[in-house]
Amino acid sequence: MSIRKRLAAALCGALLVTVTGGTLPSTAFADSGGAAGQAAAKEPPKVELVLDVSGSMRARDIDGQSRMSAAKQAFNEVLDAVPEDVRLGIRTLGADYPGKDRKEGCKDTRQLYPVGELDRTEAKTAVATLVPTGWTPIGPALLGAADDLEGGDATRRIVLITDGEDTCAPLDPCEVAREIAAKGVGITIDTLGLVPNAKLRAQLMCIAEATGGTYSSVQHKEELSERVGQLVDRAAEPVVTPVATQGGERCADAPRLKAGLYADRETFGQHLWYRVDLLPGQELRASVSISADRPVNRDHGVLLRASTLAGREIVRGESTGDGRTDVVSTGLRYPKADTDGDTDGDTGDGTDEAGAAGAGDGGPAAETVCLRVSNSFSAPASVATSPGLPVELTIDITGGPRDAGDAAFRGLGHGWWLLGMGTLAGFAAGALWGWISRWRIAVWRSN
Amino acid sequence: MRTVRVLTAGLLAAAAVFTLPLPGAAADSPSPAAGTGDEAAAPTEAGTSFRTAAVVRPGQRATAQASTGDYLYWQFAADAGQRATVRATVELPRSKARSGSQTWRLDVYDGLRRRQACRYGSDSATVRAGASSVELSCALRTVRAWAEPWANDPLPGAYYVRLTVAAAPAEDLGQPAEAALEVATADSGGATAVDGRLAAPLVPASGREVEPDGGWASGRWSSRILWTAGGAVLAALAGIWGHRLTRGGGRPAHVPPEA
Repeated sequence: MSIRKRLAAALCGALLVTVTGGTLPSTAFADSGGAAGQAAAKEPPKVELVLDVSGSMRARDIDGQSRMSAAKQAFNEVLDAVPEDVRLGIRTLGADYPGKDRKEGCKDTRQLYPVGELDRTEAKTAVATLVPTGWTPIGPALLGAADDLEGGDATRRIVLITDGEDTCAPLDPCEVAREIAAKGVGITIDTLGLVPNAKLRAQLMCIAEATGGTYSSVQHKEELSERVGQLVDRAAEPVVTPVATQGGERCADAPRLKAGLYADRETFGQHLWYRVDLLPGQELRASVSISADRPVNRDHGVLLRASTLAGREIVRGESTGDGRTDVVSTGLRYPKADTDGDTDGDTGDGTDEAGAAGAGDGGPAAETVCLRVSNSFSAPASVATSPGLPVELTIDITGGPRDAGDAAFRGLGHGWWLLGMGTLAGFAAGALWGWISRWRIAVWRSN
Repeated sequence: MRTVRVLTAGLLAAAAVFTLPLPGAAADSPSPAAGTGDEAAAPTEAGTSFRTAAVVRPGQRATAQASTGDYLYWQFAADAGQRATVRATVELPRSKARSGSQTWRLDVYDGLRRRQACRYGSDSATVRAGASSVELSCALRTVRAWAEPWANDPLPGAYYVRLTVAAAPAEDLGQPAEAALEVATADSGGATAVDGRLAAPLVPASGREVEPDGGWASGRWSSRILWTAGGAVLAALAGIWGHRLTRGGGRPAHVPPEA
């Protein structure tokens, strides 16, 4: 009898505390990350080293050596260390025409070693024959290098090593780089300036910026081999290549995107629309990065807006910044509520449902989510606005979240106040129960 | 007999209470991931974009040779309940080669590439031409297991760190610099455990795979379970005590129940 009563009191106290906690927590994330393993490129990456062999390379100002011999030594070291799966080629500029005719001199670029499987000895022998000779036709050399790397969807990289600015105006090498980037072939140009002056630096930085590459200035021999080696290794790293797409003017004629990585171009102030179909219970995750591939004014921003077909905004991601930047990015997530169970106030938007794409075969209808990418970049008047800034759009679709039903973890409590309150309430309940039973015994006795 | 039972119950309750993690003791030091053999070695290169960001594990010291002006990217995984702190050190090129002051900046982005705020730390620092190094840090907010889509609370997933020079004289760009990055994560304990859970952490499928040591555990466990259970035990014991106090002697032992 007394045991049963004690049990009852205990239960009473326990119930007071563990009010409405959830049951056991469910499993951890079912699918983490998804298909990140697909990153390995199918085709081996291609790299072309473009070396300036113009007359100025004779200058002896790199650790007491001539620029040319420093470059040769660096090439030897790099050729020894090229990763197995990289297809490497070498192109020269200004190697052959010693004359004074500018027109001839500006055509002087040739492929020294074709892009392909590397025969180290052969490549080294070819480099050893180089003698500083002619002009500096950077623009034509870059065009040639882009042609050499043509074809396939491999990672492509041009490493330009030069010691003097382009002497072949009006073909501005920076414009050439921008053209190469705009063709959508996904070539990155990294530039290295040997003992650069201000003009060369500006030119090389412009080329690197236009293609998302890097610029380094080289004063010492070991810097050159280290940097070129690093750039070649970088090409060997597997990355997912984006799929080119063309955003629409309005949502209605926007391309339908599935999960993946997309590349596009957007000029200043342009709006680009994309559509994504989302089933109930799925979550859309979209990120957008807009690269500043040319000189832009110092304040900039990006807005990614998800809306229904009717134009109602669902959620937005926005980002603003200032100063020197490579990209401005933002993202958003939109979990579409499951049709059964917790619909969080998304009902009554009949126009949306009308626009929903039917999934056919009796399944739940997918909602069409319109994504709009806009930017608030601006540029000085001297900067070309076309082609637009590179846009990288990532779309991931995962399962929906388990929404919070409480502020705290499964509604459970935490802290000393919880323990104190529990003890007090348990004591009060037990005392009450004991008092009742005492009263009942008294009643029983008096009868 | 009864005394024994009460004693046992009391002991059990005490055990339950004292095994609870104390609020202050919950934050532990970063996991010593570096050094153990089966872990990936600390990266010696940094990425150049979000997609190529090098993966750093908490406790590792990632290094990179770079040119002033490069945008260096790293990424690390942070799970629910963790507070991450990012520290970067840049060894600047020899001062006689530099012509003016430089401003370096550290930006942290989440798995959706949304910029993350720093609770404290110097995410931007300007050094004079003579300085040999610059140190930056950013203490991130607590990662929550769930947030509304309209909030920008940090969520479990990849976090990207971008380190770059924000302002420098044009003639100093391109010069070699050496960067190092360290990430430390501390567990904030059950006090910050929120309800709800994402179906998958914010790790873009097009990026590299990142995962915390021991995998993603978001929303599976919280010390709140222990606190609540301990509270229940205490309440039960207090209930028994209160009952014993007020019930009195009850029926005298010598009186038969059916008298």
